[in-house]
Amino acid sequence: MIERGGVEVRLENLVRRYGTVTALDGLSLTMAPGELVALLGPSGCGKTTALRLLAGLEEADGGRVVIGGDDVTGLPANKRNIGMVFQAYSLFPHMVAWENVAFGLQMRRVPTEQRKKRALDMLELVGLGRFANRYANQMSGGQQQRVALARALAIQPQVLLLDEPLSALDAKVRSRLRDEIRRVQLEVGITTLFVTHDQEEALAIADRVGVMQSGKLEQLGPPTLVYSRPATPFVADFVGLTNRMEGNVRSGAVEVRGTSIPLVHPDVPDGPAIALIRPEAVSIAGGDGDAAEGPLVGTVLTVAFLGAVSRVTVDLGDTTVLAQLPTSAASEHPAGSKVRLTLRPDPVLIQREEAATTGS
Amino acid sequence: MAVAGRSIQRTRRLKLQVFRYVVFAAAAVFFLIPLYAMFEFSTRGNTGNRTLEYWQSIPQYPDLTAAIIASLELALITSLAMLVLLVPTMVWTRLKLRRLSRVLEFVCLLPLTIPAIVLVVGLVPIYLWLGTNVSDNILTLAFAYVVLVLPYCYRSLDAGLGAIDVKTLSEAARSLGASWFDVMWRIIVPNISNAILNATLLSVALVLGEYTIANVLLYNNLQVELVHLGRDNAGVSIAVAAASLMFAFALLVGITFFGSRSRRVRAEPEGITGLGTGAVMGSAG
Repeated sequence: MIERGGVEVRLENLVRRYGTVTALDGLSLTMAPGELVALLGPSGCGKTTALRLLAGLEEADGGRVVIGGDDVTGLPANKRNIGMVFQAYSLFPHMVAWENVAFGLQMRRVPTEQRKKRALDMLELVGLGRFANRYANQMSGGQQQRVALARALAIQPQVLLLDEPLSALDAKVRSRLRDEIRRVQLEVGITTLFVTHDQEEALAIADRVGVMQSGKLEQLGPPTLVYSRPATPFVADFVGLTNRMEGNVRSGAVEVRGTSIPLVHPDVPDGPAIALIRPEAVSIAGGDGDAAEGPLVGTVLTVAFLGAVSRVTVDLGDTTVLAQLPTSAASEHPAGSKVRLTLRPDPVLIQREEAATTGS
Repeated sequence: MAVAGRSIQRTRRLKLQVFRYVVFAAAAVFFLIPLYAMFEFSTRGNTGNRTLEYWQSIPQYPDLTAAIIASLELALITSLAMLVLLVPTMVWTRLKLRRLSRVLEFVCLLPLTIPAIVLVVGLVPIYLWLGTNVSDNILTLAFAYVVLVLPYCYRSLDAGLGAIDVKTLSEAARSLGASWFDVMWRIIVPNISNAILNATLLSVALVLGEYTIANVLLYNNLQVELVHLGRDNAGVSIAVAAASLMFAFALLVGITFFGSRSRRVRAEPEGITGLGTGAVMGSAG
């Protein structure tokens, strides 16, 4: 098995303000040795600020950064032992790939022969051994980011920081490089913080996902838990697609169009609410033949083919609902056909404020 | 279709080529005719024969040689002082004080809008004080010259810095353990080397051609001495003027060659980031 050799990283109550705007509002996060944590959130939620504070590229207005038991809060970036891959292409244009990778070692006064050897080893690790003598502008975006990863790891850092390293790449390269990053991270066993606004990326790569909003951590947990048991409506909304359907709460369950669905947090007063229902919890029970009338009978508007699954939009008269089905099942219901939906009774979250506003 | 397209392309390329030669020829005539006239005049003997007498007698004017040396020293000091002052300041504003970049630009471009003679009026009391309290050496002119070359050098360096992602590159270097000195020396400077060469060339050319400030402040630099000499011996004066022009020209060619060679070393299909040579040359003219 892979041995994990990283160190523990603790962000304690970090605060960062820009003028009157609070970018980080008391963020606390502990990363276990060798763990990959992905911070996920919309732009401006503070995830990049958190990463920059950890890197030492910005100073905190409050709180502490502890790496491997050492308080590094006051240390400048070049004194922290941290490897970082940036969103923008950051290879030094006047150096070839191996010189880029060897730069950090040069700063650490490693003899030339030794650092060249190590640089070539690192390039080999990211699968670019043949590209050692290429300049940045002779490589594709994906190759450049892989060299940047090799460069960040060459100095044997205690922590690896990835600041949206894939966002400038096209979809195919992105998913391949994402898996590559995970493979290398596991191989090296380094504690890693990965910042992204792409939920698919975060869910695919991370040991734990932290969803952030307005400088705060809304939820931190394994990807499956964050997806299936979102702690707040914001998380439910941000991670994965969500149907918002009006319903009525009655004794720990919400009744949506005649179907009773249990609540994640049952201790709420009765009354109208909006239920947040995943598209994969919606299925199509029958086609034209048996569909007569009913609260969950509607017309298929569109069918979006996504490969193995398809996403069907159904018009229920006063609202539209997304259903995600295996493509084979979806193909039986072309646009225009009448269908009856069923809602799987997986526990759901509800949202109250909006129900009140719609009600009034 | 394809054949027609190719022939249109060929015609267009040919037209462009012709246009290039026409522009090049016009520019060459514009520069070469005065230079030729200077050569002609400075090699014209009394009896209409060709002679190098004026050129050969240049070293026999000690004041002139002193002025040439002083001007060259001034060019060197001004260029170095300008680079030391401007490069770190501009990088730092880009990294940490983005808000001040407008102010910096305004301050740096200001000397362009002030006529040299007006500048001198302001400088006279300062140089009076300098002369009595510090030194009346001609090299103190470098202070005034650094101010004078600021606008041109700012533009050149700004174009160079604009072509690279200063923030990301320096943050990457910092995270790899580089001190600020290393960031500047090993990362920024090599990537704006063309802009630095251009800025240097501009300040050298400006300092070698400066007359007003030196004359009013009563220093004998190359141009002041040339004017003096012109009254005395026009032939030698023109010979020296031609020589200084040739020197600036040789410097320009040398720097262009150096720049294009370093670019060719990094030859690549997609083209390297332009270091603003065009913009610089434009602002120089």
